[in-house]
Amino acid sequence: MNIPMSWLKDYVSIDCDIKTFVDAMTMSGSNVENYLEQGKEIDKVVVGKILSIEKHPDADKLLVTKVDVGSEIIQIVTGASNIKEGDYIPVALNGSSLPGGIKIKTGKLRGIESQGMMCSIDELGLEKEDYPEAAEDGIYILSEEYPLGTDIKEVFGLNDIVVEYEITSNRSDCFSVIGIAREAAATFKLPFKYPEIKVKEIEGNASDFISIEIDNPDLCPRYAARIIKNVKIQPSPKWMKQRLIAAGVRPINNIVDITNYVMLEMGQPMHAFDYDKLKNKKILVRNAKAGEKIMTLDGEDRNLDESMLLITDGESPIAIGGVMGGEETKVTEETKTILFESANFNGANIRLTAKKLGLRSDASVKYSKGLDPNIVIDVLNRASQLVVELGAGEVVEGIVDAYPAKREPKTIPYSVEKINSLLGITLSEEEMIDYFSSLEFKVNKEAKTLTIPTFRPDIEGNADLAEEVARLYGYDKITTTLERGTPTVGKKTYSQKIEDIIKNTMEGQGFYEIMNYTFESPKVFDKLNISENDDLRKVITISNPLGEDFSIMRTQTLNGMLTSLSTNFNRRNEEALLYEVGKVYIAKELPLKELPEEKSKLTIGMYGELDFYDIKGTVEVLFEKLGMSDKVEYNLEQGLSWMHPGRCASISCNNKELGYIGELHPNVAKNYDINTRVYLGVIDISMIEEAANLDRVYKPLPKYPAVSRDIAMLVKDEVLVKDIENIIKQRGGKILESYSLFDVYKGKQIQEGYKSVAYSITFRASDRTLTEEEVNKAMKKIINGLETNLEAHLRE
Amino acid sequence: MKDKLQAIRNQAISLLNDVKELKALDEIRVEYLGKKGQLTQVLRGMKDLSAEERPIIGQLANEVRDEIEQKLEEVKNKLLEEEQEKKLKEEVIDVTMPGKKKKTGRRHPMNLVLEEITEIFLGMGYKIADGPEIETDYYNFEALNIPKDHPARDEQDTFYINQDFMLRTATSPIQVRVMEKQKPPVRIICPGKVYRSDAVDATHSPVFHQIEGLVVDKNITFSDLKGVLEVFAKELFGDKVNVRFRPHFFPFTEPSAEMDVSCVVCGGKGCNVCKGSGWTEILGCGMVHPNVLRMAGIDPEEYTGFAFGMGLERLAMSKYGIKDLRLFVENDIRFLKQF
Repeated sequence: MNIPMSWLKDYVSIDCDIKTFVDAMTMSGSNVENYLEQGKEIDKVVVGKILSIEKHPDADKLLVTKVDVGSEIIQIVTGASNIKEGDYIPVALNGSSLPGGIKIKTGKLRGIESQGMMCSIDELGLEKEDYPEAAEDGIYILSEEYPLGTDIKEVFGLNDIVVEYEITSNRSDCFSVIGIAREAAATFKLPFKYPEIKVKEIEGNASDFISIEIDNPDLCPRYAARIIKNVKIQPSPKWMKQRLIAAGVRPINNIVDITNYVMLEMGQPMHAFDYDKLKNKKILVRNAKAGEKIMTLDGEDRNLDESMLLITDGESPIAIGGVMGGEETKVTEETKTILFESANFNGANIRLTAKKLGLRSDASVKYSKGLDPNIVIDVLNRASQLVVELGAGEVVEGIVDAYPAKREPKTIPYSVEKINSLLGITLSEEEMIDYFSSLEFKVNKEAKTLTIPTFRPDIEGNADLAEEVARLYGYDKITTTLERGTPTVGKKTYSQKIEDIIKNTMEGQGFYEIMNYTFESPKVFDKLNISENDDLRKVITISNPLGEDFSIMRTQTLNGMLTSLSTNFNRRNEEALLYEVGKVYIAKELPLKELPEEKSKLTIGMYGELDFYDIKGTVEVLFEKLGMSDKVEYNLEQGLSWMHPGRCASISCNNKELGYIGELHPNVAKNYDINTRVYLGVIDISMIEEAANLDRVYKPLPKYPAVSRDIAMLVKDEVLVKDIENIIKQRGGKILESYSLFDVYKGKQIQEGYKSVAYSITFRASDRTLTEEEVNKAMKKIINGLETNLEAHLRE
Repeated sequence: MKDKLQAIRNQAISLLNDVKELKALDEIRVEYLGKKGQLTQVLRGMKDLSAEERPIIGQLANEVRDEIEQKLEEVKNKLLEEEQEKKLKEEVIDVTMPGKKKKTGRRHPMNLVLEEITEIFLGMGYKIADGPEIETDYYNFEALNIPKDHPARDEQDTFYINQDFMLRTATSPIQVRVMEKQKPPVRIICPGKVYRSDAVDATHSPVFHQIEGLVVDKNITFSDLKGVLEVFAKELFGDKVNVRFRPHFFPFTEPSAEMDVSCVVCGGKGCNVCKGSGWTEILGCGMVHPNVLRMAGIDPEEYTGFAFGMGLERLAMSKYGIKDLRLFVENDIRFLKQF
């Protein structure tokens, strides 16, 4: 909300400098976002009168003028074509400045000296739209004769400071000059001067002109009207226009300007109807009927529903209550008699209507916040007062006011002790009472109660009162302490520790953590080659997304990972090792009836000089860190349509699915514009939490030497390394310490359909040095097993 | 024979004195001490000596052998040392050449900031709480004192799934869920993703991260809130930072405030970044609204509390001098490597 200081000062006598003012207002709760010192950039620009105009001898398009600027007569060369002798115009003198840091100095134009510049409205930093009389492209010709040499800032009223306040939604009363004036008065401990409202009426009786009926007082608690006769539509006076412009409202004509002016000043919107266009002498406020329509004064046809509130003349709709008036009954140049509406509407309903219609008017924005019905008559009278003052018409005696249930101020108890203890301060009751009084809360000291004016519905109890006290006392004066409550232990949970281990281990192996949006496009499933009937397609859809690309909650984390890999690949980063810890959202039932499952996933993605065994090694290290590697099994996985059917392993642990790793299907890689092999892994973190073992027990270091034997065997291609290792494990006996694969070979010297596999097997006993014989026996058992179960042929 | 032995010794020693390489040393060993060596041959001739002479010559022969062996050892050590010396000299390298780096990854910058904050609060006795991102109307709004027709519902442009479910607009629902389950004292922080329908640009994102905090106990005051958050700000931004609390409005706290810290760029003098005010807004906070406590089953007459919340992206951006929010989700390795 923009408020010119001059306007504010009508109601509170602020005399400190602007910096002190805005700081104090911010600290008492009316946050100042910015302030603009009007005309600050304009200097030495005055009113001048054109005495003579001659052609420039050497330039067709230039004119040489003599201009009287009060103190002297100067020569100005100009290219303007809209001036004539005798015009009063703004003149930037030698050494002057204009908005945008422009400096004007005496200089020569095509050999002729020019001692200043005549200004257009743009050059003065003003909006052309605010000054419709300004020439489309030329010097601004003043409409009045000012004393020559008058500072142009006075002419345009540019001596004001406009302060922009950030008003919080609980303080609808502060969306007004008087609301902020009241706050300023309380902040600076100054008296607040409420506007003096007196209406000079002409004889008559408003109720002869109109009657008012409210069908639904819940949505329209109050509706009041006055009749203005002999209306003369014309421009508003300069002072009013200047204030409106400063507050950011464009002047239109006196009647529109008055309603806007009063809205800014008092905080409540008004509407003016052309009385003669009403079909009946009646205002009926009712809900719209289904299918009912109205053309609003912006020329749009609006389709209404039964939740919306209509103002009608008993027959046809004439306005959408609190949102916008109708086209048919709007005030025009021909209007003779006006019905002034001042009403109160239910804020929530107005908000809903405005939202449904997509119609955010100034009125709907104000009404949405919920206004005080007890201000209705003051608003009506203030507008009527201005009508008389501006000579815009004559006010017929009497007000028609429908106010079925008067809103009374509420009385609430206060507790000095509770307020003090909530804030951690020790103010006296007297000090608090001073603050309450400055906010117009009526204090009853005996009963320890406050009567709260109806414009402050936000005040309900001691917590609210504490805030009022604190902000007027000063948040900065409240001392800082540390809590003295019961101590608690700050500690990470088991799951949080697991997550830390995962992240640290991934980073230790060279992976970078990434973050992705958790909603995405429904098109990703096709891109990922996920089949039509896959459960992953059962997605939770956002009903009002930012666009299709952000419309579904992800059920898989691949798209985010692949998009990131693609970004890196296409920016020519040679390799990328990435991981993400993030959620997927799995609905138990669609449409959603209960909260979905949010599952944390570890997603690994990489490309570069890598192969399947790099990603396998990565997860193996991770499982080792988590103390679960001996429980983990890998099996060829061919059921994932987005993965390479021959290079993907499902990972399970205690027969429960943990996730998978493997190479991305080349078709999917192509869909993501990645022209290289991509390795992916997805692991369920809740399963890790279940399987991980963070307990460690020390095993004594061996005292006796180990014996190692290498064997190489020929096996059929289909035989898996896992099968060989199972046999080594089963048959190695107690003395088997470890085994490691050191060679797999196919090719020359090896029969077609076979491969050579070589292991180094290590034996050790913890209590003695092994004999040759013991080791031979164990090896024999292993070899027998391999030969009989896997048809392995030992190679010598 | 005596002379012969002397001659062998002198010859060997003098040869050894001139030896320049280890290989020659072995030859000399073989030549004199080997099975067919000169000294061995002399000793073989001892059987022809008389019984008197034999021990004398024997002793002399042993002495000669010892002497040669000793000399051999001496020369060998000397040569080894020289060789080592030479090798070390040859092995001079250019230490200014680049090192061989082991690959290591990094945390996402946002999580680095989150961890820093988390650590500060863990140290002050706070636990970390988590909760669902898809929330019910009750937890996201109602229980936070934002009833159906409250204007605050408009301010937080909410993504809805349907009438009953939405993407949480803040991490505050976690606070309510914790208060429902846990009796005071409660000290938690709740980090997480939150969602608001802002179109993507350099400073807006429909998904962002918040970290909120909640304390509920007996005798918790607004001055405690100020104290804790001041400690936090100084831990995060350094001792020199100034803080100020401005009145503000949130439906779920009363009194409410916003905390500003002195502008990290200009130190409070006023610059472009802080729009000349000298302050940067960091977080919102306040005393937990009695209605919120009541709805969570905590008696506001017995307990009070405070809550605060801040946006992680903003903190990370100001900490690292990042100007465009979109970098956080682009995940370009060259960006991620910098933190």
